[in-house]
Amino acid sequence: MNHQPTIKPSKARTAAQGHFRTLRLGTPFQPRIDALARTQDWYNWAGYRAPHSLWDEELEYFAIRSQAALFDISPMTKYRVEGPDAEAFLDRVTLRDVTKLKPGRVHYTAWCDDEGFVLDDGTLFRLSPTRFRLCSQERHLPWLLDSAIGFDVAVEEETESIAGLALQGPTSFAVLRDAGFAGVETLKIFDLAEFPHDGGTVTISRTGFTGDLGYELFVPAENALSLWDRLMTAGELRGIRAIGYTALNRARIEAGLIVANADFTTEHAIRADRLRMPDEIGLGFMVDLEKGHFNGRRAILEARARRKLRHVLVGLEIEGNIPAEHAIVYHKKSQEVGLVSAAMWSPMAKRNIAIASLTRPYGDTMVEDLWVEIYAMRELQYQKLMKRAKVVARPFIKLDRRTANPPADF
Amino acid sequence: MTSFDAIVIGGGHNGLVAAATLAKAGRKVLVLEAAVDVGGAARTEDFAPGFRVSSIAHVLNRLHPDVVKTLELEKHGLQIARGDFMPSVALSKDGPPLVLHGAYGEVLTGSTPSEQSAWKELRAQLLRYAGILKPFLSRRPPDLAGMSLKETAALGQTALALKKLGKEDMRDFLRVLLMNVADLLDEQLADIRLKGLLAFDATLGSHLGPRSPTSLLGLYYRLAGETGGAAGAQMLPKGGMGAVVTAMRSAAEKAGVTIRTAAPVARIIIEKGRAVGVALDSGEVLRARTIVSAINPATTMLDLVGPREIDTGFVRKVKNIRMKGDAAKLHLALDRPPQFTGVDAADHKGRMVIAPSPDHVERAFNPSKYGEFSAEPVMEITLPSLSDPSLAPAGACVLSAVVHYVPYALKEGWDAGKPKFLKAIMTQLETYAPGIGKSVLHTELLTPADIEARYRMPGGHWHHGELQADQMLMSRPVSGWSGYDTPVEGLFLAGAGSHPGGGVSGAPGLNAAKRIIAMKG
Repeated sequence: MNHQPTIKPSKARTAAQGHFRTLRLGTPFQPRIDALARTQDWYNWAGYRAPHSLWDEELEYFAIRSQAALFDISPMTKYRVEGPDAEAFLDRVTLRDVTKLKPGRVHYTAWCDDEGFVLDDGTLFRLSPTRFRLCSQERHLPWLLDSAIGFDVAVEEETESIAGLALQGPTSFAVLRDAGFAGVETLKIFDLAEFPHDGGTVTISRTGFTGDLGYELFVPAENALSLWDRLMTAGELRGIRAIGYTALNRARIEAGLIVANADFTTEHAIRADRLRMPDEIGLGFMVDLEKGHFNGRRAILEARARRKLRHVLVGLEIEGNIPAEHAIVYHKKSQEVGLVSAAMWSPMAKRNIAIASLTRPYGDTMVEDLWVEIYAMRELQYQKLMKRAKVVARPFIKLDRRTANPPADF
Repeated sequence: MTSFDAIVIGGGHNGLVAAATLAKAGRKVLVLEAAVDVGGAARTEDFAPGFRVSSIAHVLNRLHPDVVKTLELEKHGLQIARGDFMPSVALSKDGPPLVLHGAYGEVLTGSTPSEQSAWKELRAQLLRYAGILKPFLSRRPPDLAGMSLKETAALGQTALALKKLGKEDMRDFLRVLLMNVADLLDEQLADIRLKGLLAFDATLGSHLGPRSPTSLLGLYYRLAGETGGAAGAQMLPKGGMGAVVTAMRSAAEKAGVTIRTAAPVARIIIEKGRAVGVALDSGEVLRARTIVSAINPATTMLDLVGPREIDTGFVRKVKNIRMKGDAAKLHLALDRPPQFTGVDAADHKGRMVIAPSPDHVERAFNPSKYGEFSAEPVMEITLPSLSDPSLAPAGACVLSAVVHYVPYALKEGWDAGKPKFLKAIMTQLETYAPGIGKSVLHTELLTPADIEARYRMPGGHWHHGELQADQMLMSRPVSGWSGYDTPVEGLFLAGAGSHPGGGVSGAPGLNAAKRIIAMKG
């Protein structure tokens, strides 16, 4: 008498639960990217299937520096922030003074929790007096919605509905002009404007993550493929290439830019001492004490007053040519004082560069006698190299073409 | 224009205590009260021609001795005499009541000898354990982020007090601390009337039934209070609760405090993260170095300060404070004193409780979870005019009752539900005091929604935030900010929403003032 009821899942329920069958989502550009993906070298970017490389990571890097590189940034988290209080809301959430951000402009910013710890960094696009787009690495909707209490503002995630492309490199302007985006030459660095495309519009900003001349394009997902094709066609003779993250990552290290959860740990940290204040990751310049209240203000002020800032993020130049990725930083070759979070041999700077987090006063007031210990694997044997490191300014490279007006036609 | 060092928002008893204490420490203090009179929910008010009653709080059982001392309330007319201690009477439908005499049942009558000795033991134990917690009432909650030597030493005293209990007793203290009251009572007592009374007292004013985990804490909170030096003692102040407030007001004014009534504050003015003043509804702006809010913490932070001036995480915490009241207040103007069956004349002057058994209390709680009221509500009844004839016309009588487990948001809405609820209450009263219905001249029933509107208490909650384990001590009003200061520099909280909680104790107001003085605010 063992009556086990058989529960048959309804068809509707089964259909609604199909999400797990697609382990990693495709972006609106996926058909084009899949067609170019010779290396089949994928990684997981916020749940999307994104390429580490597509054909050759070295050449993809050089596409950024010598041609035009097309990188799919659709997985980047995007929020639409709109309403009469949008400006005031973002001013309260983020560190920089949003009242100074004019419509048609973009700025790089960051935001903190009550304790002054950085939740994320990202770019804020002011599309109109009352409409913004906030782009970030991590997802923050609950935080943003709770931050909206008391403000007349709507916050909506638009990561899926808006596709994004970064077009970076010396010929990127020429590609856009040849693609017929009339007036794109008027865009100065951190400007944005809307351009007609495929019966709709595309928002083009002169921004990027490479330290090079470059643009970012945002378009409704349904117009994504036609935008890709338009750029690829126009760029054919200008060396346009689709690239993966490895190449982009190299360019951003040269540009001295940091990545959340790679160069600093955000709210996901399990260990309380891993969280970082803006001053500890080189973002102290964003903190605007003259503007109105913003999240973390009290804690940041207190940390500054009580000298509770324990870390500092620095650029390092390391002797030799072996990348010091994740190497430990020492003072006087013996005392551990920090860790390298990103490193490479820079083909542009012709220097061995790194981004590192050090424990103050090292890297802050004590910058002499710093060393990194590199484990170089040489035919199944580690060779330990103790190399001298020098604290240097970021960015490691400065390209005039990034900011030149009008943008150069290569 | 006179300038003030400190502005206290809210002239409830905690506001008055904070103001008087600050003034005694040399500060020029202004109290702003929104209503036409001070006292908040501890006023004595007319509710029918010739009838006066303590508005919400009607039994004095936890006015903190430090408050009495600091404000010298006895000099200002407050009288507390042992002879005024009132008994607690557990009413019974089918027999004589059970009565706790003196300070929370020093003597128990109306039960068997074996129950009397069991009660004697339990009472001693409850008072011993409540005594461990008692010192916490008069100081800041332990600060996890770092404590001064003095604070650490005070916490050490508690550890010492625990140790002094002896091994067995200490273990038992820790065992029962978070228990539900019903289970503890079942361990030690047999008489369901006594258990019903204790179950009622443990849960009164909170959204817990006797069988809800941690409900025993409510009983400790009650017994940590004292009156006239006797733990658990209770009395009806002469002239109603308003007389206590009058003494506080007099003490405050004597100390130099300026009190302005009918002066509702519209907002707290913040400049560069610092509270620098207040703007009144009238538009008038008043500035001071220190702003003390003795009103609800959520109203203070979300309405007067506003989310724009505080961090998102803090807004979240404040919004999450549970503060939906579960108690209603009933005022009856009676043409003659009622006769509760089996209750003698002296006990009619006591606190009469309808809570026949823990099960009954639990069953009264159940519907409140789903937005309904109990058909047989539990309540505590006082007849203040019997001991203070000034409250009613000659020969007439005032009945003041706290009726428990009344949902703040009644599912069917209070417009439709209130007459039905009143009928349920009157039916219940009629059972215990036959004929009472016919003697009613006037009725006033305040649901939590009414209390919210009339006394500016969000949710109509007299503690300004549920007083449960997760909203006590260092979690009151919110974790990280339990020390009376707030993320806004120069702004302090001093109301019942702060540690230790509600009831006419004055402890939050006193503790806050002490903190402000220590911070040189």
